[in-house]
Amino acid sequence: MGGARRAATGWLFVGPSTLVILGLSLFPAGWAFYLSQLKWNGFSEARAVGFQNYTRMTDDPELGSAALHTLFFTVLYVPTSVLLGLGIALALNRRIRFIGLYRTAVFVPFVASAAATGILSNYLFDPQFGFVNSVIRRLGLPPQRFLEDPNQAMTVIALMSLWASLGFTVVVYLAALQDIPRDLVEAAMIDGANRRQVFWHVVLPQLTPVTVFTTIWQLIGALQLFDLVYTTTRGGPVESTKTIVYYLWEQAFKQLNFGYGSAVAYVLFAATMVITLAMILYSRFAKVQAF
Amino acid sequence: MALSTAPTPTTDDTPAGLHDGGDRRRRWRLPFSPYHLLLLPLAVVFVMPLLQMVLASFKTDAEIRQVPPTFFPAHPTVDGYVRLFHESDVLRWLANSVVVATCAILAHLVLCSMAGYGFSRLRFAGRGVSFVLLVGTIMIPTQLLMIPTYIMFTKLGVVNTLPAVILPWLTSAFGVFLMRQFFLSLPRELEEAARLDGCSQFGVFWRVVLPLAKPALATLAIFTLLGSWNDLIWPLIAINDDRWYTIQLGLANFQGQRRTEWSLLMSGNVVATMPMVVFFLVAQRQFVATMTFSGMKG
Repeated sequence: MGGARRAATGWLFVGPSTLVILGLSLFPAGWAFYLSQLKWNGFSEARAVGFQNYTRMTDDPELGSAALHTLFFTVLYVPTSVLLGLGIALALNRRIRFIGLYRTAVFVPFVASAAATGILSNYLFDPQFGFVNSVIRRLGLPPQRFLEDPNQAMTVIALMSLWASLGFTVVVYLAALQDIPRDLVEAAMIDGANRRQVFWHVVLPQLTPVTVFTTIWQLIGALQLFDLVYTTTRGGPVESTKTIVYYLWEQAFKQLNFGYGSAVAYVLFAATMVITLAMILYSRFAKVQAF
Repeated sequence: MALSTAPTPTTDDTPAGLHDGGDRRRRWRLPFSPYHLLLLPLAVVFVMPLLQMVLASFKTDAEIRQVPPTFFPAHPTVDGYVRLFHESDVLRWLANSVVVATCAILAHLVLCSMAGYGFSRLRFAGRGVSFVLLVGTIMIPTQLLMIPTYIMFTKLGVVNTLPAVILPWLTSAFGVFLMRQFFLSLPRELEEAARLDGCSQFGVFWRVVLPLAKPALATLAIFTLLGSWNDLIWPLIAINDDRWYTIQLGLANFQGQRRTEWSLLMSGNVVATMPMVVFFLVAQRQFVATMTFSGMKG
């Protein structure tokens, strides 16, 4: 087959996908950078402002507090989802009766959408007739305001995020646990290691690549929190749950600050990349070999 | 499938009592594994929110507002569902979501498998460069693309139409990558034999390779189904006209109008969630394999 003919066949196969992905990913990503140098609301004349949108960010208290809220959520959500994911996977990794049912129960919330999870959160955590407060009252404790309390709203959102996403970390850990070679564990047992020692010195090191992966994955998700905020608190009460992406969405699609919105999006993208790369480099350095 | 294989001995219920005073243990042994005491409450915690959702959808608003609340509906009623179908366009939103998910899955299956095959098996000018560009876009988050894509779609006149929601789901770098990895793991001999028998390149792909790729295609289909069915932020941006709402956007906005009509809202939640739950229960193995695969991507 000649080179031209080969190229034609090849591009027939990869052309459509390449075109769509370049047109709907790479091109807009480049355009977003151009937009981030403009002051533009989509209607009026666009004005080139250089890096002004970026310098403006350093002096934007609303963005600062959105970053803090996002950080707070991340700290609540990421370590818990990784540790609980591991713990639940260890508990589920055995052959006992009904184990299939237990696994299904843990996985099934994963398929619920963020919109449904949000509406459900409003219902379960309703201060007056919510299920959670009815349990709390029955335990003889004072009912809580939950999503209506600026000090509790983000914690409730983190709890419901965990409910909806733990199935994922559990599945990943469970698969990794079952990939650990039996010989490794048996050899350690023969050498006289007890179960705790086997866990700390054999099982856990084998799981480290998965831990690095799930941490990065959950971290990226946490930094992009939007849907659950939109369907529960819309950033309130008193802006206590306004995250970076929620603020970005408001700036771009409520205030029509396309330029400033793009700049915020770029900084978020850069921050995510830096954190991800740092974690990958650290795992390389620590000889974890996750990537 | 990984989950059905035997558990590792570390966490097995092997009689560890051999080391630490086994006698006492044996006397007090439960008639069932002690792990049930941990796992049963855990399972209840995970299922309870969904159960509450379903139960509330069969209660009246008056019953839901009762303090203390009832657990099971005192007088089960489908009133919430009846009102949902009368007072909202939920059927239309569902139909929109079905159209979006169907288009997304079909386009993904065709385009990603074709590109994956091209990148794994065919040699041609420009292959390396385009593959690197493609894989590079996996890192780009949606948040970066929302604004320019919205502007672009406005100029193209597709904003506020269903294609605006469908277009970003036609194919994905992740899907292409997934299919390429799968094809690389297949032995080449079958394809070479088919080529020698005079089959065209496309014939080889269609008749020989695709039938072997069913597990990877199932993973891709589920991945696309979950993503396109559950997406909220992009429809929220691209659609203002309630005739083109997806089910997720429809419900999110409907909630804004009917804050406390819980039986109505929970009925809507059941309608939006149950298709995925049923799918999950029917095809649990494939779902779990999909979740595991995205976990192994790193």
